[in-house]
Amino acid sequence: MRAFHTHTGLVVPLDRVNVDTDQIVPKQFLKLLTKDGYGPFLFYDWRYLPGGQPNPEFPLNARRYQGASVLVTRANFGCGSSREHAPWALVDFGFRAILAPSYGDIFYSNCFQNGLLPVILGEEQVEEVFRRTLAREGYRLTVDLAAQRISDDAGLDYRFEVDPFRRECLMNGWDEIGLTLRYEDRIAAYERERRPAAPLYGGEVDAAARREAETG
Amino acid sequence: MPARTMYEKIWDAHVVVEKAGEPSLIYIDRHLIHEVTSPQAFSGLKAAGRRVRRPDLTFAVMDHSVPTKDRHLPVLDAGAAAQFEALARNCREHGILLLDMKSRHQGIVHIIGPELGLTQPGLVIVCGDSHTSTHGAFGALAFGIGTSEVEHVLATQCLAQFRSKTMRVQINGRRPPGVTAKDLILAVIGRIGTGGGTGHVIEYAGAAIRALSMEGRMTVCNMSIEAGARAGMVAPDDTTFAYLEGRPFVPRGKDFQVAVDYWKSLATDPGARYDRVVELDAGHIAPQVTWGTNPGMVADVTGRVPDPACFADPVERRTAERALEYMGLEPGTPIEEIPLDRVFIGSCTNSRLEDLRLAARVLEGKRIAPRLKQALVVPGSMAVKAQAEQEGLDKIFRAAGFEWRDAGCSMCIAMNADVLPSGERCASTSNRNFEGRQGKGGRTHLVSPLMAAAAAVEGHFVDIRKWPEAVAAE
Ligand code: SF4
Repeated sequence: MRAFHTHTGLVVPLDRVNVDTDQIVPKQFLKLLTKDGYGPFLFYDWRYLPGGQPNPEFPLNARRYQGASVLVTRANFGCGSSREHAPWALVDFGFRAILAPSYGDIFYSNCFQNGLLPVILGEEQVEEVFRRTLAREGYRLTVDLAAQRISDDAGLDYRFEVDPFRRECLMNGWDEIGLTLRYEDRIAAYERERRPAAPLYGGEVDAAARREAETG
Repeated sequence: MPARTMYEKIWDAHVVVEKAGEPSLIYIDRHLIHEVTSPQAFSGLKAAGRRVRRPDLTFAVMDHSVPTKDRHLPVLDAGAAAQFEALARNCREHGILLLDMKSRHQGIVHIIGPELGLTQPGLVIVCGDSHTSTHGAFGALAFGIGTSEVEHVLATQCLAQFRSKTMRVQINGRRPPGVTAKDLILAVIGRIGTGGGTGHVIEYAGAAIRALSMEGRMTVCNMSIEAGARAGMVAPDDTTFAYLEGRPFVPRGKDFQVAVDYWKSLATDPGARYDRVVELDAGHIAPQVTWGTNPGMVADVTGRVPDPACFADPVERRTAERALEYMGLEPGTPIEEIPLDRVFIGSCTNSRLEDLRLAARVLEGKRIAPRLKQALVVPGSMAVKAQAEQEGLDKIFRAAGFEWRDAGCSMCIAMNADVLPSGERCASTSNRNFEGRQGKGGRTHLVSPLMAAAAAVEGHFVDIRKWPEAVAAE
């Protein structure tokens, strides 16, 4: 996973609440076997008109926001479906950080698995970033994960909170599976200890049931 | 030990590693996988040279993109076919039980888990699908995960998780006739909003929840995610045990008794604290119909499409305006006057036997309205389909003008050929009315199976409570 320390980039506003992952990547693009190449499908049904031309009303298509890497948006961003295609598409498109008052839970953890930083700010702070983004063409922000601050060159300086463990993983680009495998002996011990109570926990599922299900 | 909630009891029993400053490593008892969110996880596993740690606790099914008719023919959609092949190959390579399109147990992952008895109280169950919350109806801790986490569970049978906050949704009183589990949960989401449960695990309690069948409880827990909650739960009781006894993967004989004794210990202790409590009275809930583009945009069937001007918050006002524009609705329109093009009865929310029985009772001896272009019933599983046919429900649906299909997600997500065309309006028993969910430009209204069936007959929404003969069915 790509590590995240500090990032300065152009900000694009998406002034909508409850943006669900069905909008971030519509289902017609979920039939691939890879994790790459979803950028062109990002916000597809909003970004393109029925004929396939870019929708001029959609912010990502505006000339002033070309090359944006920071997305500022509203509450409950990424709610709905668990599809990790949503962060894959945001990253592939070039986003490194998102600023919003809140996120869907599954989307929020999916971001951290993909080197994308979802920053949580207060409603008022998000409003201020919207104001500044709209007021000045080429508006850029710096997101500093080590210091847990976002700032611009005109005095904006907000602190944000992120779980220390998630922060460390993201700053180091650690592979979470590798981290868990350090505890292999603990996992094995847990499995051993629970075995006597297997029927309760389903530690061993019934072999006959498997055969029955298979012969379906 | 201090009083604990059911969530805390299950959590505590599954902690493998707990370290200050780190998320807990919790053990996963059941990992359900399907064709859409698993291929990249298996590729990742392979790239890292890792194996599936517990293939015996991993169960696979094809559901999201499966065709619902002509299954004997090859799948024409190349993308879907490639995902089916990948799933079959991965399951073969790793020794994972797969229920493919030929299996008589095939169905939507959240329907077949409980049906086979894979879902049991006290278990931690995950799946790369947000509606995994369904399984919480049994008093399990069940939640959806992303593909990276699917890979994590495949490799380690564990997940690094932070403890959630807890919310108790207490639904007191009695459901009036014609008001179903679907209406209860839509009313809850209408009350707390689509983000109202974010960061929480919801436990549903109260007389109206206790009175629900397992099917009804699954409908309620299924839509927890639509309130933003990652999981929903109901304490197991005699209704739960009766449902489970005799199912293929449920312990038998003496083991079953041991299991029941354990399951009884899971209920939240008296005096345990929740971070938030919400109370509703079922007696005041009417049949619900969504009017907008998220499940929180919902009204009583006797109500009207709201006027965005009434929303004080400017962001909410703009959102409502956008939603009405997408839905092609005028503010103030009575819900009962909204005309329909299609009706879909299906999805992991409402396609179990009980749902089909209710809908069939409404449709018996009636015909769908001539204005409808399509009325579709997609049973949640092939087992539901077989049972429904034994009861003759298929004949009632067909005689009424419905199409009767094979099991799958179908028009809930429209990844197969069952798509709601742009601009058309559908009464749907599914769980998401997001823009484009049932097909690009399609307009979805979420309702109960009773309401969907009645709407099919009239060609617009009707208050099912005015149909005493249908309501008596419950
Ligand atoms: S029926 Fe719909 S909501 Fe349920 S698993 Fe399938 S696509 Fe998801």
